[in-house]
Amino acid sequence: MVDTIPLSWYLAISAALFTMGALGVLIRRNPLIIFMSIELMLNSANLAFVAFARSFNVLTGQIFVFFVMTVAAAEVAVGLALIVIIFRNKHSIDVDLMNSLKG
Amino acid sequence: MNLTLILFIVLAVVAVAAAIGLLVSRNTVYAALFLVLNYASVAVFYLLLGAPFIALVQVTVYAGAIMVLFLFVIMLLGAEKLPKAKVLPWQRPVAIGLAALLLVEAGFLLFKRLTTISTPLANPDASVNTTGSLQTLGMALFNQYLLPFEVTSILLLVAMVGAIVLTKKEKGEQG
Repeated sequence: MVDTIPLSWYLAISAALFTMGALGVLIRRNPLIIFMSIELMLNSANLAFVAFARSFNVLTGQIFVFFVMTVAAAEVAVGLALIVIIFRNKHSIDVDLMNSLKG
Repeated sequence: MNLTLILFIVLAVVAVAAAIGLLVSRNTVYAALFLVLNYASVAVFYLLLGAPFIALVQVTVYAGAIMVLFLFVIMLLGAEKLPKAKVLPWQRPVAIGLAALLLVEAGFLLFKRLTTISTPLANPDASVNTTGSLQTLGMALFNQYLLPFEVTSILLLVAMVGAIVLTKKEKGEQG
């Protein structure tokens, strides 16, 4: 299969998805959706990694993606645990209420 | 028009539309499902890019495990709909402006380097090709990248212990 799609198209998609993620972090006030936006940004970075790996014909990009996914999984586990205990203490998860360091 | 191109365009539209859906949906469960859609379309991008292992890991780890964790927490917290409280009035326009700036910046960089990156992706070497990809990936992962791989396992263990310690109720604590 002859691939006719240039690398820049993949990078453009990646940039668009990253921007959506950053916008989500900035405008949403639900920490779960903020979290999902962060995942979206990681995902777009992964897409750029794989596209570059294909373009330069090396596997290192794919291995990096593998590690990024693992770190994302660890991050989600700890972050969701934090959200759960914040909900338990404040009975709400609105980020505007998280303005004090003391629980 | 060639088939790969059509597939690419459809996937791009689906991925970006799912991301927009994630941004605008009021219901957290819908947002999570939009994210799953986005992950699935990006997984097909990985297949197009000749990375079947990454595509499958994307589906199982991201769309499977991580999103189930998300949905579980959403259900646990009662799919809370946040009240439309007093938002900073300037926050949304400023955020959208900054995001547009980021996009323009990325687009500028892309167009500036267009000559170097606009060449169509060549067919990969036999060594990196799809059929041999998994074997090569495994060899690289367990030889050259063995130490990072092991550190990753420790990271996952730490995250697991951390999540359990954080959510564990202390002795004598109420509810």
